[in-house]
Amino acid sequence: MLSAKASFWLGVKDVSPLIFGILPFALISGIAAIEIKLSIPEAIGMASIVFAGASQMAALQLIKEGSPILIIVLTIAIVNLRFLMYSASLAVHFQKLPLAWKVLIGYTMTDQAYVLPISKFEQTDQIIKHWYSIGVGATMWTTWQLGSIIGIFLTGAIPEEWSLGFAIPLTFLALLTPAVRDKPTVLAALSAGVVAVAGHGLPNKLGLMLAAFIGIGIGMWAEMRNK
Amino acid sequence: MKVWTVIILGGAITFLLRFSMLWLFGKIEIPNLVKRALRFIPAAALSALVFPAFFYQDGVFSMTLDNERFWAGMVAAVVAWYGKNILLTLAVGMGALYLFRWIWS
Repeated sequence: MLSAKASFWLGVKDVSPLIFGILPFALISGIAAIEIKLSIPEAIGMASIVFAGASQMAALQLIKEGSPILIIVLTIAIVNLRFLMYSASLAVHFQKLPLAWKVLIGYTMTDQAYVLPISKFEQTDQIIKHWYSIGVGATMWTTWQLGSIIGIFLTGAIPEEWSLGFAIPLTFLALLTPAVRDKPTVLAALSAGVVAVAGHGLPNKLGLMLAAFIGIGIGMWAEMRNK
Repeated sequence: MKVWTVIILGGAITFLLRFSMLWLFGKIEIPNLVKRALRFIPAAALSALVFPAFFYQDGVFSMTLDNERFWAGMVAAVVAWYGKNILLTLAVGMGALYLFRWIWS
């Protein structure tokens, strides 16, 4: 059984390759915030308080278009609804923790800080789960804040042709493949992907949620048929 | 002022989405159907984030040769599937993007 310290550092180690995908994402979100004329404190506030890249980018787009506050906040909620699902999925592992730990793990939850721990917990029971999770979460948080701040001050210095934005879907792709393990999960991923492409034009990122729900439904249906 | 309202409300809702189930678990009964749905969440949610980024170019659906994002994405997907190495996926994906753009420019 690994100690608290060793579990924490294993989390840091496991997430470290992802830094190369997160850093460009954070840079871009910092650059975008300044280009949309947010002040520096606002840009830093968004990175640290919302701390959820995809929803930050969506919110910036809507702020730029002059959308009403209610629509922007709703959009953030819709894009981040997947965290509710992550939270439910992780909860069974953290049921006995004190409230402060749950707050900390909740605040630092990201796609990465969900997928890595949940996959790890299936492979081994030799780690202290919350220390491993916070190792991943703290690394993600630090990378995101540093990257955002660098982006805020770099605005205009990174050429568009570098297409750093492409690192964003690649990061999600790298997380997706370990989550696709058998026929039902493959079907869930494919159907969600197709619906997301078809529903891309829907307002307020609705296509994203629709895709997730349909993918989950198809996956459950395939699993039932297999039995 | 408007931006701060968005940040604080958006941040509060995001935190509640992340924290709620960690907090409520054990206090409320989670239905069986929901439990069975859980294992499909990462596959479906991440896939919904990935696909549109590969199939759309400047906001327009495209699977033609000159959509380098589509082809780079396919190469990266193969590498991700067989390589199981995050860094390799990122490097090959970005490299393929630059390569295809260079070839077709």
